[in-house]
Amino acid sequence: MVNGRVMDCFAGIDIGSTTAKAILVDGDSRIVGRSVQRSGYDFAAAADRVITEALESAGRKRSDIKRVVSTGYGRRNVEFADEQRTEILCHAKGVNFYFPEPVTVVDIGGQDNKVIHLGADGERLGFTMNRKCAAGTGAFIEEIAYRLDLPLEKLNEMAENAAGEVKIGSFCTVFSCTEILGMARRGVPVDDIIKGVFRSVVKRVAEMDALDGKVVMTGGVVDHNPIVARMLRELLEHEVEVPPDPQAIGALGAALIAREL
Amino acid sequence: MAEIKKLETARLMKKVMADHFYEIDAACKSGEPKVAWCTSVGPAELLRAMGFVVYFPENHAAILGASRAANDCIPAANAIGYSPEICSYLTADIGAYLKGFTPLSKIYDGIESIPKPDVLVYNTNQCRDVKDWFEWYGREWKVPCYGIESFVNVGEVTKDHVDSIAGQMKQLAKKITEATGNKLDEDKLKETVRLSRRCSDLWRDVLEMAANIPSPLTFFDGTIHMGPAVVMRGTQVAVDYYETLLKELQTWVDQGIAAVEGERHRIYWEGMPIWGKLRENAKLFLDLKTCVVASTYCNSWIFSAFDPDDPWNSMARAYTELFIVRDDDYKEDYYKRMLEIFKFDGIIFHDAKTCPNNSNCRYGLPQRFSKETGIPFITIDGDLNDLRCYSEEQAITKIEAFIEQLDG
Ligand code: SF4
Repeated sequence: MVNGRVMDCFAGIDIGSTTAKAILVDGDSRIVGRSVQRSGYDFAAAADRVITEALESAGRKRSDIKRVVSTGYGRRNVEFADEQRTEILCHAKGVNFYFPEPVTVVDIGGQDNKVIHLGADGERLGFTMNRKCAAGTGAFIEEIAYRLDLPLEKLNEMAENAAGEVKIGSFCTVFSCTEILGMARRGVPVDDIIKGVFRSVVKRVAEMDALDGKVVMTGGVVDHNPIVARMLRELLEHEVEVPPDPQAIGALGAALIAREL
Repeated sequence: MAEIKKLETARLMKKVMADHFYEIDAACKSGEPKVAWCTSVGPAELLRAMGFVVYFPENHAAILGASRAANDCIPAANAIGYSPEICSYLTADIGAYLKGFTPLSKIYDGIESIPKPDVLVYNTNQCRDVKDWFEWYGREWKVPCYGIESFVNVGEVTKDHVDSIAGQMKQLAKKITEATGNKLDEDKLKETVRLSRRCSDLWRDVLEMAANIPSPLTFFDGTIHMGPAVVMRGTQVAVDYYETLLKELQTWVDQGIAAVEGERHRIYWEGMPIWGKLRENAKLFLDLKTCVVASTYCNSWIFSAFDPDDPWNSMARAYTELFIVRDDDYKEDYYKRMLEIFKFDGIIFHDAKTCPNNSNCRYGLPQRFSKETGIPFITIDGDLNDLRCYSEEQAITKIEAFIEQLDG
């Protein structure tokens, strides 16, 4: 106890292929700490970094953590985790926290996409993950930004300002890059290209599975590029919601699971 | 961590398979009896009744996969024009030949190469790739290559289907005699068909042991123990093998021995094994306390139509009745029958990149089956032999998430 406050907390660590996330919740499921950083190549070190930063933001110490659940691509690298859960379960849990109703979760991650169908109590009715290819994921957007030498944080604004929009025809990241470089060479405005890139991401996701009912989007891509949610809304012609802090939703789910264990 | 339990009969299996390869090797070296290559669901009974020893290249290709040699070989076949998108049994096997390599010489002392055949015989009931595969060797060695051109997408197997295939088989026998001098012995045909039927019935009984809860057998065990049903059916050796195996499984059932300790979930595997990851996958499910109880793949060597009193028509029917030859309505119905027998909680579809014929998740079948029965499914992207097409990390996550979903 500090000043009469119970400092106990529960940690969820989501080590994605691109970013590592940590969320701390207290015994009443209130979020008390958070951190998001690049995963880098050393996942164990990334886990240490995010947990340290999350504890700092929460004003808590390591010993205040009662339980840790890790998730994500690098979940096995989190040495201090008590349990591991898949990102499918953790995303389901995190989304159900904000939307306790039947929803379809669309997560666009760094390296893969997921569609998860949830029932009213957050039970998983089925899920799909994208195939081996990175087209349609965060990695695809990063690759294009890199090829066109554009800062990632500018992309959303560029797409919002675009006067037109190009159509990207290829499935594959490598083919799409070639297609885009061809457009750039022909002098197509770069804003129009970026808007087309986002549209292609949305289309890839929409063809993964049936996106019925209320759709909730999560992941880093929609966090940094809200235009993606709007485009999916236009495509599906129905509700698409984004929870607070959509990038850390898996870590939140893991923390909530840690609290319940 | 739990360990994979081994059936005692597995030892006998090693001997049966060794005898099989040494018999072919000896025949090849001495020139007697003649050697025929045959596709795995091809007319092996006919070839045995014509006095051939029979070699199955698919079995060889699966060994290339299981021993993780396939990926060293596939590029050699790609380089001569066989696309990485086509059957990776074909590309691994032809690639291995081009590199002068066979895992058989590593496993069996004294075997230097795969056996050069006197005749190559395929059946396109499973796919067209086998025809291309066998014809390549036919050209390479200037050896006659014949086949049965089968039907695809068959609903009900009719008399017309049977007449056509039986007719082709009779023609095939004639062509083989002309080319090799080996004659058909009708009595031996009946006897071979009788033995194949017996083998098939026993193999079905073995697989249906997994209907017990807990199951004494997993799909991964099945992929190993099916060896004799593939390469030795039509012989007494295969019959003896499955009698022994069945007895051992019965004692496991009587003693309540589970293949997967603490079996919590039961899964049906639809599609080919990922040969190079067999052990890893067996272990993954073991740790998840989940038994993969049954599969279409292992069931493919059940030929209940064989009838020694009507060998031609019954062979034609047996080789047309196969799952792989049938339409989606039949397949959906088949899963329902399997569900009744094996009482599984979920189904995993393996989408094998290079074998569309064994990847039944590309035309909405999983969704239809799941909607009708309420049985959830997932699809795993992978391949039988080409591990470049398999993202292990993603597959593990999918499988673990699926089991979490079944946990509720
Ligand atoms: S059925 Fe598939 S794996 Fe078997 S030979 Fe044909 S393409 Fe290859």
